[in-house]
Amino acid sequence: MNEPFGRASYAYAVARSFDPAQLAGVRGVDGAEVRLVRYRDLVAVVSPVPLTEFDEAALRTKLEWLPWLEATARAHHAVVDAVATSSVTLPLRLATVYRGDERVTEVLRQGYRRFRAALDRLAGRVELGVKVYTDPQAMAPAAGPSASSPGRDYLRRRRAQHRAHDDAWQRAAASAERVDATLAGLAVDSRRRPPQRQQLSGVRGENVLNAAYLVDAGRTDEFAAVARCLDAEAPGTRIELTGPWAPYSFAPPDDEEPA
Amino acid sequence: MNGNREVALVDLLDRLLAGGVVLTGDLTLAIADVDLVHVSLRALIASIDAGEDR
Repeated sequence: MNEPFGRASYAYAVARSFDPAQLAGVRGVDGAEVRLVRYRDLVAVVSPVPLTEFDEAALRTKLEWLPWLEATARAHHAVVDAVATSSVTLPLRLATVYRGDERVTEVLRQGYRRFRAALDRLAGRVELGVKVYTDPQAMAPAAGPSASSPGRDYLRRRRAQHRAHDDAWQRAAASAERVDATLAGLAVDSRRRPPQRQQLSGVRGENVLNAAYLVDAGRTDEFAAVARCLDAEAPGTRIELTGPWAPYSFAPPDDEEPA
Repeated sequence: MNGNREVALVDLLDRLLAGGVVLTGDLTLAIADVDLVHVSLRALIASIDAGEDR
């Protein structure tokens, strides 16, 4: 049955079946209660949303409105995170919406084999995020003796600044390659994303590596310890570790579902 | 899984807009993942610009 009164089903994740009591009190987008849609040994975690809020035109407009985007992203993540503490979880892309639970069941049925295979691969593993930044301190050139002319002094300082910036960036880039190679050796899989823009992250220092690693749950402490060592060994760069995350970055890549 | 720490929005959007399983939803057929990232980046940049103007 489709949702009455223009309601749709917002889908957060596909997971191996688990006790819905574990999601008691978990709220999704717009504060709606989440529920499970079952198909064989799989579930999809969904909550009702107004149909009109998620049609294409509405979504296009809202995605450009940061308060809505942030609230929706945080709600989506809160649900995925809660599911991931209860079961092996395949997070779905933001704003995956169906006309009703019956359609969600159909999607589970059609994608069953693909979902099962993906979940088998993710069982007992988590995603860890690693970002390498240049150290803004290392970017600043040492103050030299003052030149006779203020104009020449200024140009010299600017050149020194550029050189220091380039050097720091080169060092950080080389360090990032080493970090990625070492950490990938501790992981089952890894993905590199485009570096985050400073403007968006608000972090001092330039992001030279933005990577995600799929790590056996039993090895996360080791992974973190190695990341800390790498951080200490590479002056002029800073390594930041995030997670554990649900495996957002290790979802199977396409929507090719055998009929 | 992230404990009680507030996750940085930029890290979250990295994952929610470019990660996760892409299924063809009923209502968002025409929104490609690239579009999604693009419009959302515009939202972030617009909000930062507005903040700097204040």
